[in-house]
Amino acid sequence: MAEFRMPSLGADMDEGTLVSWLVGVGDHVERGQVVAEVDTEKSVIEVETFDTGTVSELLVHEGERVPVGTPLAVIAEGVGAAQPRRRAVPTRTRPGTRATTTEAAAKPATKPAAVPLVRGAARVAASPLARRHAAALGVDLATVTGTGPGGAVTTSDVETAAHPVRPALTVEPEPAPVVDEPAPVAPVVPRSGADRQASMRHAVAEAMARSKREIPHYYLAADVDMAHATRWLEAHNTSVPVTERVLVAALQLKATALALRAVPELNGHWVDGEHRPAEHVHLGVAIALRGGGLVAPAVHDADRLALPEMMAALHDLVARVRAGKVRSSEYADPTATVTNLGDQGVDVAYPVINPPQLAMVAFGRVRERPWAVDGMLAVRPVLTVTLAADHRATDGRRGATFLAALDDLLQRPNDL
Amino acid sequence: MDDTELRTTVLKVLGQVAPEVDLERVEPSEDLREQFDLDSMDILDLAIGLYQETGIEVPEQDYAQVVTVDGAVAYLTAHALH
Repeated sequence: MAEFRMPSLGADMDEGTLVSWLVGVGDHVERGQVVAEVDTEKSVIEVETFDTGTVSELLVHEGERVPVGTPLAVIAEGVGAAQPRRRAVPTRTRPGTRATTTEAAAKPATKPAAVPLVRGAARVAASPLARRHAAALGVDLATVTGTGPGGAVTTSDVETAAHPVRPALTVEPEPAPVVDEPAPVAPVVPRSGADRQASMRHAVAEAMARSKREIPHYYLAADVDMAHATRWLEAHNTSVPVTERVLVAALQLKATALALRAVPELNGHWVDGEHRPAEHVHLGVAIALRGGGLVAPAVHDADRLALPEMMAALHDLVARVRAGKVRSSEYADPTATVTNLGDQGVDVAYPVINPPQLAMVAFGRVRERPWAVDGMLAVRPVLTVTLAADHRATDGRRGATFLAALDDLLQRPNDL
Repeated sequence: MDDTELRTTVLKVLGQVAPEVDLERVEPSEDLREQFDLDSMDILDLAIGLYQETGIEVPEQDYAQVVTVDGAVAYLTAHALH
């Protein structure tokens, strides 16, 4: 048995709203399959399961907002491992009455432990969701006064009971802005643009404030001659149909991914006071949303994509971000991030690392500049690339090695 | 396609590239990148969309000629397939 939980889709996410289920009880699911859509502060995200098996229970209603780590469904491992049951969705709880912080939400990065069934409490009338909540929060159901139908204990009751035992030092998030909103009718109506923008601003604010509070950034910059890369792109783009043209951004991403592989200390996370380099290079791409806001989902295994694949991945990611169709793993697992403000005319950017990542790389505008080559003055397309890195994990010398590797790769576009 | 049809086509493609744009309020002689915050990916999408609608490929070095609605209409007229 495996529990499918509300995932943490970034350091800034405390809770999410289950917008819709894409599977039902009795359905077979494969690891990596999109099973639900979740509305975070930033956007609606397609959430994938980590388990293969049969969906035996759905624990959360469409439209319900729950903390990160809350079990959403039970998946029995193996085909036909569970008898299909009726959809066991509990009594609907009112949004806004939930506790805003739970232990589960406080530790989204660690792998959630299996929640034991509370056998001693079996006689208390309670929904399956309320039972799991009680187990997760360490609440004895027998001590909770039920306010649901027939005195049944609801998730709200559990959370009210759990309130006094909350860790004293957790940071209290802003209370939900709407308290007396009636229970939403599933599927939940996506939030309005202005609402979304305000909550996205809040999410970015939280993450960036945390970054500057916790991460001792160091910055290194280098000017890179882009003549070879520019010529290569022009030749390539004239020889292929318009649909297969490659942007300089794809070259930059691929070169960055390979340079991260060469200097793996910069690729990964800083968690619980520890430097944790990652095995794969999942490269976050900062994508601005028109109308405001910023997201940075990952291109998976970016170091292994051939350039046309990288371009296709980037094209697809930008389109899906703007259509609100990003998958959970893409938000959850970037190992480093790239930003490019060249289109906006920026020459040099000093990026703020997205925690708990270790580094962020910023590309400026490619502009023609006087450039000394072999003792002669030439005019060359040049860009400035900046590395922001976490000084707890690496020192400037490793950062310098990374920038040198990146420069070298951009001189050999054929090898990218 | 005559001028009016081409103009309609250009606006239709723009609407696909940037769905939030109010097509009634597009200033035809102004740079679309500045009017609607379009980036290089959007301009590539614009070129792809124009190709799909008209069969005319806009080479990269000609992008500057199609970043206004008026410019795109003129470009497509000049390069119309016969």
